[in-house]
Formats: sequence, structure tokens, C-alpha cells
Amino acid sequence: MIKVLYFARLREELKTGSESVAAVPDLRSLKDMLRARGGDWAEIFGDGQWVMASVNQKMADLDTPLTDGDEVAFFPPVTGG
Amino acid sequence: MPYNQEGPSVSEIVIQSEPIDVAAIQDKLRANNPSVGAVVTFLGLMRDMNQGDQVFSMFLEHYPGMTEKALREILDEAERRWDLLGVRVVHRVGELSPTDAIVLVAVASAHRGEAFRACEFVIDFLKTRAPFWKKERTGNGDRWVSARHGDSDAEKRWGE
Repeated sequence: MIKVLYFARLREELKTGSESVAAVPDLRSLKDMLRARGGDWAEIFGDGQWVMASVNQKMADLDTPLTDGDEVAFFPPVTGG
Repeated sequence: MPYNQEGPSVSEIVIQSEPIDVAAIQDKLRANNPSVGAVVTFLGLMRDMNQGDQVFSMFLEHYPGMTEKALREILDEAERRWDLLGVRVVHRVGELSPTDAIVLVAVASAHRGEAFRACEFVIDFLKTRAPFWKKERTGNGDRWVSARHGDSDAEKRWGE
């Protein structure tokens, strides 16, 4: 399983902060799977949306491979400081 | 002997909901260390206006665990680039009010040039790489703050 976390605006719009999903090979496959849920998911994970991601708490791009037990997070561009 | 790549890190990261005690942090960076010739401090403050709207308060969310790791990477890189004698990053989370300090970056070094550059480097990278998100309470309702393109331009100045 892969643990998936959502932060800030994504957590509010998707109405969930965390879930577990079946393992997939990489971040791109995970994003495609989430987009296929339709509705707000299709909107947020659709093309042209600026969503950042991390794998095991390190910034990651869509080619990043995933393995069972990984922690993935999706979030909007950061606005600290 | 200043910090070098083989030495222990001289930087510390604190994420807290309490107000930032600026003077205490600056004092600690120079206490008992006569090789410190400069301490440069950046304070990021909450303003009461943003994009033309009055902002009454702000909520800072972060990603516990990743926040510390992302900041650690930035500080390690700063210590590789410059000879630093101490670095403190303190970032607030939770509820903030206008005039509150959101973030402090303080850098101690033998001379001011390295301290100025390292301080600016750290805040530029914190802005684009550390997982914090601001939500503003305004006269027109609550809203998440959008990332500014100017922030990624500021980061790019430093090269890879």
C-alpha cells in the first residue's frame, strides 16, 4: 500500500487529508489513478494544474518510482516565509 | 577555524506556534563566540493588506517531518557554500496576526558578506521549497495565498 497525504487547498477541496491506495509503479500512475476518480479529483489532477508532490518527504517529479510502503503527498505550490 | 564540509552542522531549525524571540536568538548566535563578526537577521512579517484586501489574520499550515527535512537540505547547502558560524531558522505555524513575525533567518559569520549572502539564499529557497501554506482571513472571506512567480525567480538567481 501507499500512504497518500493532501495538504492545504487540496485537502479542503478533496475533503480528505490522507488515505491508503494500492501500490502503483510511479508517481505518474498514481496521479492518473486519482484523476480517473472524476469530479474534483479530475479537476485538481488535470493537465495544466500546478500541483507539487513529494515521495517520502522529498520533493518529487512524475517519473519518481514508488514502492510499497512509500509516503506520497500532494499539495499546492508552497507559500511560507 | 570556520565550519567546513567535514565539520558538524552549525544550523538549527525550529517550527513553533509561539511568537519568535528575536533578541534571544541573536544573543545566542554570538554568545561565547568571539570569532563571530556579523549576525544578519531576516524577519518575514505579516502585513494587514494583500492583493488589495484587508487581512485580519492568517493560518500557517505545514507538513510536519518534511518541513524539517526540506529546511535541513537548504541549510546544509548554505553551509557548503559559505563559512558560517551559526544559522537559525524559526518558522511559525498556526494563527498569526498582522505585525507578527512569520519567519526568522539569522546567520552568524566572521564577516558580513557571507552572512548577508547566506541569509538571502536561505530565505529564497525556503520560499519555494519548504512545505508551508498560508490561509488568509480577509474582509472578502478566507482564501489560500497563491505562490508568487517572483519567488521562483529569486531562487533561480543562485544557480544549481
